[in-house]
Amino acid sequence: MTLTFLIIAFLIVAGTAAAMGFRNPIHCVLALTVSFAGIAALYLELGAQFVGFTQIMVYVGAVAILAVFAIMMTHRPGDPETRIFSRNAFVGVFTAAAVFAVIGWAILKQPATSAATQPASVSVQQIGASLMHDYVLPLEIVGLLLTAALIGAVVIAMDRKEDNAK
Amino acid sequence: MTPLQACLLLSALLFAIGLAGALTRRNAILVLIGIELMLNAANINFIAFWHYGPQPSQTTGIMFAIFSIGVAAAEAAVGLAIILAAYRHSRTTDLDKMNSLKG
Repeated sequence: MTLTFLIIAFLIVAGTAAAMGFRNPIHCVLALTVSFAGIAALYLELGAQFVGFTQIMVYVGAVAILAVFAIMMTHRPGDPETRIFSRNAFVGVFTAAAVFAVIGWAILKQPATSAATQPASVSVQQIGASLMHDYVLPLEIVGLLLTAALIGAVVIAMDRKEDNAK
Repeated sequence: MTPLQACLLLSALLFAIGLAGALTRRNAILVLIGIELMLNAANINFIAFWHYGPQPSQTTGIMFAIFSIGVAAAEAAVGLAIILAAYRHSRTTDLDKMNSLKG
């Protein structure tokens, strides 16, 4: 466990905790961006360069911006934010703590295996070749899924005329 | 603690924080963000197992992570659209106040 990993882990955990704890939703999304960037740095640290840059483009570039737009369209600045957590918040926190305890116990109980010795590195050329050969059917299906999601999102969020007339 | 266990513990902590946020926040958009964080925790697991696995020269783990990111992006777009539609109907994103299915 290196110093780099510790710094990245601190960045991720602090950003995530801030994103789930801040009062103002815009501040939450800004903290979330820090967390996503930290996760991208972790991917780079682990030798998955392409996934790291995909993470930055998709999550920092698209999902966070989409969340900011959604918050700005639904959040009224005059809203008095009295409570940000639901009534039975302690049940949710207890559930999450129990889940973390079980997963952490299972991880730490495993015997330590010898880590891979050769450095892991896959070039973008290899990724492209395997996307076009072995994984061409999943690639097409993901393309279809993204098209359907795009059309579906537009149809769901569309402001219909009859709704306005009511 | 091996590096793989450290990565898995980090991912478990990220999952737990996202779960706590998704279960306790009242703003629907932040609940969706908590679910995104849980998906990211799963992606960290894919990459960690690929990197510390027996065959890091194969592209299998990377492919899994890339497809998972693509599906998560589609989920975020549709989820935010549903929240916007619900907001237009009920004028709130507070989940404690969104308690009726009938329009």
